[in-house]
Amino acid sequence: MASWPLLSFTTFLPLVGVALILLFCRGTSPDVVRNVRYIALWTTLVTFVLTLFIWINFDPRNPGYQMVEKAAWIPDFGISYHMGVDGISVLFVVLSGFLMPLCILAGWESVQTRVKEYMIAFLALETLMIGMFCALDFVLFYMFFEGVLIPMFLIIGIWGGPRRVYAAFKFFLYTLLGSVLMLLAILAMYYVAGTTDIPTITATQFPRGMQLWLWLAFFASFAVKVPMWPVHTWLPDAHVEAPTAGSVILAGVLLKMGGYGFLRFNIPILPEATEYFAPLIYTLSVVAVIYTSLVALAQEDMKKLIAYSSVAHMGFVTIGMFALNQQGIEGSIFQMLSHGVVSGALFLCVGVVYDRLHTREIARYGGLVKNMPKYAVVFLFMTMASVGLPGTAGFVGEFLVLLGVFRDNTWVAALAATGMVLGAAYALWLYRRVVYGKLVKPDVKAMFDMNAREIAVFIPLVLVVLWMGVYPSSFLNVTSASVEQLIQTYQTKLAASHAASGLSVAAR
Amino acid sequence: MTAVFPDIWPALPEIFLAAAAMALLMLGVFRGDGFTRPVSYLTVVVMLLAAVLTMGYGTGRVVTFNGLFVMDAFGVFMKVLVLVAAAASVILSLGFNEREEMARFEFPVLMLLATLGMLMMISANDLISLYVGLETQSLALYVIAAFRRDSAKSSEAGLKYFVLGALSSGMLLYGASLVYGFAGTTSFDKIAALFAGGAHVSPGVVIGLVFVLAGLAFKVSAAPFHMWTPDVYEGAPTPVTAFFAAAPKVAAIALFTRVLIEPFGHLTAQWHQVLVATAILSMVIGSFVAIMQTNIKRLMAYSSIGHIGYAMVGLAAGTQDGVRGVLIYMALYIAMNIGAFAVILSMKAKGVMLEEIKDFAGLSKTNPLLAATMAIFMFSMAGIPPMAGFFGKLYVFLAAVAAQDYALAVIGVLTSVVGAYYYLRIIKIMYFDEPVVVVDKVDDDGMTGILVATSLFTLLFFVAPAPILNGAAAAAAALFAG
Repeated sequence: MASWPLLSFTTFLPLVGVALILLFCRGTSPDVVRNVRYIALWTTLVTFVLTLFIWINFDPRNPGYQMVEKAAWIPDFGISYHMGVDGISVLFVVLSGFLMPLCILAGWESVQTRVKEYMIAFLALETLMIGMFCALDFVLFYMFFEGVLIPMFLIIGIWGGPRRVYAAFKFFLYTLLGSVLMLLAILAMYYVAGTTDIPTITATQFPRGMQLWLWLAFFASFAVKVPMWPVHTWLPDAHVEAPTAGSVILAGVLLKMGGYGFLRFNIPILPEATEYFAPLIYTLSVVAVIYTSLVALAQEDMKKLIAYSSVAHMGFVTIGMFALNQQGIEGSIFQMLSHGVVSGALFLCVGVVYDRLHTREIARYGGLVKNMPKYAVVFLFMTMASVGLPGTAGFVGEFLVLLGVFRDNTWVAALAATGMVLGAAYALWLYRRVVYGKLVKPDVKAMFDMNAREIAVFIPLVLVVLWMGVYPSSFLNVTSASVEQLIQTYQTKLAASHAASGLSVAAR
Repeated sequence: MTAVFPDIWPALPEIFLAAAAMALLMLGVFRGDGFTRPVSYLTVVVMLLAAVLTMGYGTGRVVTFNGLFVMDAFGVFMKVLVLVAAAASVILSLGFNEREEMARFEFPVLMLLATLGMLMMISANDLISLYVGLETQSLALYVIAAFRRDSAKSSEAGLKYFVLGALSSGMLLYGASLVYGFAGTTSFDKIAALFAGGAHVSPGVVIGLVFVLAGLAFKVSAAPFHMWTPDVYEGAPTPVTAFFAAAPKVAAIALFTRVLIEPFGHLTAQWHQVLVATAILSMVIGSFVAIMQTNIKRLMAYSSIGHIGYAMVGLAAGTQDGVRGVLIYMALYIAMNIGAFAVILSMKAKGVMLEEIKDFAGLSKTNPLLAATMAIFMFSMAGIPPMAGFFGKLYVFLAAVAAQDYALAVIGVLTSVVGAYYYLRIIKIMYFDEPVVVVDKVDDDGMTGILVATSLFTLLFFVAPAPILNGAAAAAAALFAG
């Protein structure tokens, strides 16, 4: 099994689905459209199974990269096709594989126009996402990272809501602006290290002055992606206008690319700059947690509310990460995973009622518990998970993050904790307004409960959230060895450079 | 002094092209305009044969014709690019010329003669042969710009191109004469040797160099000498515009590169600032002004100004990496540019050409394949991976970073984001808007072939980029070895 290129196989399998759709599905008759949907569903399901194989094959005691594949790509320029996963990335691969079939199912009935292009866009997106988490070469990474913009731009722009064009452009240009600066940083690193191989560059020591600039360039890209306050404004627009499945992927996976980038590049490659800029991250994140939670309280639109809650939750992620200790980083990875599942599920919950009433305005709903009891249960469960109720996924991540950051900076921990309270406020208030109250509006009365397809979408999500909340070790075990190594790399490099600067001061 | 017969083998492709152009001209004259298609096909064959001859040349550096003509790996790379681009442009022109009743046999022959001039430019090793090559090219181009004689726009484009082209040639000549006056020679090798010896750089040489650069900047349509480009691009018949945007650009950039690196390679300190300024201006004008355009050909004109700006970023570095970046950029640029023009040439409704950007509305519904092709080119021009255009930008910016031109690199990537906006706008119009006109199906086999070839190349370049990247690296190395 070791010689089998499992990662490449998983990454490019969705493209096989694209090829099948392009080759065999012509025309727009209902039969063809049905075939397209089934091909997409089966492709994503098989890809999910393969990502599970990656997880099974993964040895959690080995902190290094596993299932590594390396092939010459542009050998004269030190650029290779290098793939591999470690404890930090492997679960994101599984997360991408897990959410994708659900996205296909979420668009099963609500997407009726240009179904073929829709499914192709999602399959291409899956390839790019999985590839991005597996890439161990900067140029390869950048190709996947940026390539994501193309299908997402089309998904928002073609199947989105009324302001879709504005949202699609804002999303694309915002993220592109951040990414091109990162590209320059990558080139500068390439110039110093002579290669774009990520493990090699991680082992390279960059001068302090250069680190600060490189760090800012990476920050420009990842901060937009996470998104951190104040560059988060594209997110509410993109979420509101994107179709349900687009929102799920956006919140579930694309935002994690930013967090993953910080972990993979900023912290181990640029430790001195990380130490220098950690207060900046703390500040921005605390502002994000408190401010966007307050903003979420004021929202009238369900999707916008959840979008702002995403910014707040991702604030926790960045706080935990830059606490730079075992609990903080593991907590932030866990928080990303749980947010991926929970916020994805919340967007799906919005999608369920949106498909029936075609509005996301909170005030248009109310009293759904009477005619949609199953929906009410699922929505309540996911709301609780989002709030961080013990026993659900949300609790573990936030708890570990707070624990980690408390060891580093109590004030930040205290301020971040207020975010949890505010989080409970807006989430519960949203739930109260939508599900409770009197069932008076006639069109809301006419809404029927979830059908079998929708229940099938939510069952795996509920189970995973419970599993993550009740037995988090099965996930934390995977990450701990790599996180330990990450912290060690960070501290060794930091100590080395401090010693070097100490020497140079002494020599003066 | 005895006259020695020069070694003509390095110039074989040029000689072949010249002889073939005469033969085809005769053929046309005797068989009349009805014979345009065969003459065009033969032109394509001749160009491709010349490309094969060029590739068969090898790699060593040979100077012949008393030092006027040079052939090296750099020349091979650029000449093949020019020939392939020119051949593709001839194929693109066929259907259009017949529909618009401008199918005359002189058209392909003029393109052939222009191409001959371009090859001369690439191989110029002396200020005199540089000028001769440039004028051979330009004279043919002036004529085909005004080829649609009864169209006021086309005549205006030809006239404008001629007047401004003559002006720029004059500036170039003036600069060349200053260089000759102060350096005492027109030969690239001797100028290089003079400054390599650490000779004092007199202001006269610098002024001459700046005039030469200004003249060349006209030819590549780099800002601030770009004013003619939008009008000529818009006014000239579309296949001519497609030709202008590809082959002559490559030849002029090749000439630009050779002039900067070979004779004036030791004067980097003198020309670096000039190049940085033109690069920044071109990128900024190319990206900002393009936003307001409503005509697709004008848009492509500004886009080409911007692209030349990016190529200049590599050139400004003045290093081997920089030249490599330029070569890669140009190779990928012509592929996507020819492809984009193939799409524009395919845009017709009921036989009438469509040139407004709004005519692209809803193309993804009426002609999904054509829309997807255009989307590939637009994403590529915006520099979004995995399309080919990304690699072009990657290597020029790498050179800029390596040369520590950080400000240039940062401005470059920022303008590329602005540029992305107008490329995305086309995609938005094609994919997000509702169709207003139904675009005809592409019924031209040559056109289809070029659309398929260029779009697959642009989309799948990343799978096996090594041949072009290594070719460009070898070509750049040859220039620096010489």
